Amino acid sequence: MFNPSIHLLNKEIREKNFKNALSMVTFFLFLPALGIIFWLFIKGYPALSWDFLTLDPINGMTAGGIFPTIVGTFWLVMISVLVSCPLGVLAALYLSEYAKDGKLTRIIRLAILNLAGVPSIVHALFGLGAFVLFMKMGTSILAASFTLAVMNLPVIITSTLESLKAVPHSFREASWNVGASKLQTIRYIVLPNSLPGILTGVVFAVGRSAGETAAILFTGVAFYLPFLPQTVFDQCMTLSMHLFTISTQVVGVPVSYPYATALVLILLILSVNSVAVVLRTYFRTKRKW
Amino acid sequence: MTKKIEIKNLNISYGNKIVVKNLNLDIFQNEVLAIIGPANSGKTSLLRSINRMTDFNNEVKVEGKILLDGLDIFEDEDSTFLRRRVGMVSPLPVGLPMSIKDNVTYAPRMAGCKDKAELDFILEDCLKKAALWDEVKDRLDHLATKLSGGQQQRLTIARALSHHPEVLCLDEFSIAIDPVTTMKIEAVLHELKKDLTIIMVTNVINQAKRLGDRTAMMLNGEILDLNINQKIFSGEINDKRTKDYIEGVFG
Amino acid sequence: MEMKLEQAPTLAMEWRKKKSSKPKSERFIEFLIKAGGFSSIFLIAAILFFILKESFPFLVGRFEFKEFFFSISWNPASVSKVTYGILALLVGTMSVTILSMLIAVPLGLACAFYISEFCSPQFREIYKVLIEFLAAIPSVVWGFIAIMMINPLIIHTFDVPIGLNILNASVILALMSLPLIVSVGEDALRAVPETYREAAEAMGATKWEVATRVLLPAAKNGLMAAALLGVGRALGETMAVLMATGHSIQIPHSLFDPARTLTATIAAELGESPKGGEHYQALFAIGLVLFLLSFVVNVTADYLIRGRKK
Repeated sequence: MFNPSIHLLNKEIREKNFKNALSMVTFFLFLPALGIIFWLFIKGYPALSWDFLTLDPINGMTAGGIFPTIVGTFWLVMISVLVSCPLGVLAALYLSEYAKDGKLTRIIRLAILNLAGVPSIVHALFGLGAFVLFMKMGTSILAASFTLAVMNLPVIITSTLESLKAVPHSFREASWNVGASKLQTIRYIVLPNSLPGILTGVVFAVGRSAGETAAILFTGVAFYLPFLPQTVFDQCMTLSMHLFTISTQVVGVPVSYPYATALVLILLILSVNSVAVVLRTYFRTKRKW
Repeated sequence: MTKKIEIKNLNISYGNKIVVKNLNLDIFQNEVLAIIGPANSGKTSLLRSINRMTDFNNEVKVEGKILLDGLDIFEDEDSTFLRRRVGMVSPLPVGLPMSIKDNVTYAPRMAGCKDKAELDFILEDCLKKAALWDEVKDRLDHLATKLSGGQQQRLTIARALSHHPEVLCLDEFSIAIDPVTTMKIEAVLHELKKDLTIIMVTNVINQAKRLGDRTAMMLNGEILDLNINQKIFSGEINDKRTKDYIEGVFG
Repeated sequence: MEMKLEQAPTLAMEWRKKKSSKPKSERFIEFLIKAGGFSSIFLIAAILFFILKESFPFLVGRFEFKEFFFSISWNPASVSKVTYGILALLVGTMSVTILSMLIAVPLGLACAFYISEFCSPQFREIYKVLIEFLAAIPSVVWGFIAIMMINPLIIHTFDVPIGLNILNASVILALMSLPLIVSVGEDALRAVPETYREAAEAMGATKWEVATRVLLPAAKNGLMAAALLGVGRALGETMAVLMATGHSIQIPHSLFDPARTLTATIAAELGESPKGGEHYQALFAIGLVLFLLSFVVNVTADYLIRGRKK
């Protein structure tokens, strides 16, 4: 006997279960994200102080602060963005404004995709072979920054490309139509209106490279340096590498130290990303069309 | 009457789809040529090849000759000068994302004009010609993208006039605006006719009747009929399909 | 129009008559843009070139296909018998990758489903911010979490002596790949036209039926690409697995065995191997293997995504 009402009821229950199951899964997947920050905060907070941020590590990195690692991270990130940003924007401009739909463009897209997929340790090998040895930069901030720049390039190209594509094609046509050249159109129409998006992408890339460790392993980062870097040809310490070192390589580190270091690293990245998110929302409200 | 534009054996294709077939057409100085015809008959492609906007589309191939004042427009590598001589108004109004003032002075500025007095003159002159001056004169610094559709379309016309074109191409300019604005713009065009040559693609047959000196009927990339308005709208038609189209049997 | 000009004699309109030719600066900038466009091809070729260059002496001199790919003995620093077998490392990489995907793919796709099909817009925004946050946590912090958090958790839960093993690494890798899988998966689901859902619902299909019979087949390629990109991410991950796997070269037999991956081996040994030596070159050879593996994975994923767009 077929009873449609029971059948429907079953269906409804199943439907509800399905939805609830999915929402539970999602919820529990994102729980760790919040849990991690909370846990790092609890454990690392005791060690966090002004001294911790502004002093050098001492006694074989078992005491003192993390000041040089913050300085080093800053150097690496800044130089790498200075390199990858112009190059990435140029590449994205080529793809969005000049490239024809053909084999060549397909190859370029594939190259970007693969560049984004190359494991970070392979980037490190490349940096060692190309910058440290071949270009004779030695293990230095410069070599490490260039390696990071190569790694960031596809990220910046992709985000820039998206912002360029968000400028309606009709604007370009209108500009060409009144006799503006292609480059003038880029300079006066496309770039001013995609700049906010490009900027946001770059800030995200900054956050990403601040935490990178593997790619700079053999190119310019030091376990421990008794002095701050003076030129770009010096090595430097970074927050990420320091976290690795004191949590795996050094004995006798107070428990709260690595936690505090991880916390500083995460908060740094988080604040950079928040800047990006704020920028994005701000510019969305300021959009001119 | 002097020939302003001569189109000779023009073929336009997208990939293997031919949109304009072996087309020959002369356009005279100071006339208004209306081009009518159903959708996808190649009207827009024809217009866009006259100011070489087709350059920007990689898929399109243009063959044949277009002479402007007797000179081949495809000879020059750089087509920006041509586009200053042949203005274009697209079907949908586009206010560039900048102030009204910057919109109208955009073309002269891009061409290298830095004289403030000259730019101010162009601004007022073109906005007046496009029947927009009175509505926006107090807010020239406002964003053009915030104007209404009808206002933006008149702004587009003002912008197209700002580089003092010799030929003005209008591609279904009234498609996105209300009848009152359309009438205003038609009056404007009537005035402009004294100074320029106008090529107007339209899907409103009455508009062709009202504004045109001559009307051409296009279908499937070919011109079926071309004659002065008095004749074409009084039934002197070669091709039955033109007659059907004008009478609204298809289209 | 010329009449008008004469009426206003102050206007020279020189610009109107000037035939512009592209200035040199403009040509130069366009050249730069084009050069920039090719930079990624140049760089990917350079990466391949330099890795080949550094590993070349090993590849032509010492390299034996059978030993390299089928020996489990990786003993580059041995005094008595130096061996370069990466089988154990390959198995290590494969096992953590596959295991992490077994966790991350179903969960990630379920998540993508929930966010794209059921979630209210406000919650969707919240989840998106969380995904971005999760994606921003650097791998060294994940490694730290593996040591300090997952490690004791595994020891207590399963009563095993040590918690740094392939289970630990897989859990960490799963968490790390989730953001990518969720966002790519969500994109794939969103690319399914709304009309499909409406048509199915109009015929009385439940959400479950819509999901399994309509969305899944329609978004199949995109979802597979999402999984593959997760594989690529897990395959190339270095710091986190270096810290989480327990660092022992062997073929793991259970979830609780430690292992070593290709990436971790390079990271751990390159600093100590003398530059230009055989060991050093062999590590570059491992880099080459990784490069090729990720290449295959990425190209396949791209093919699947582009297939969807057609």
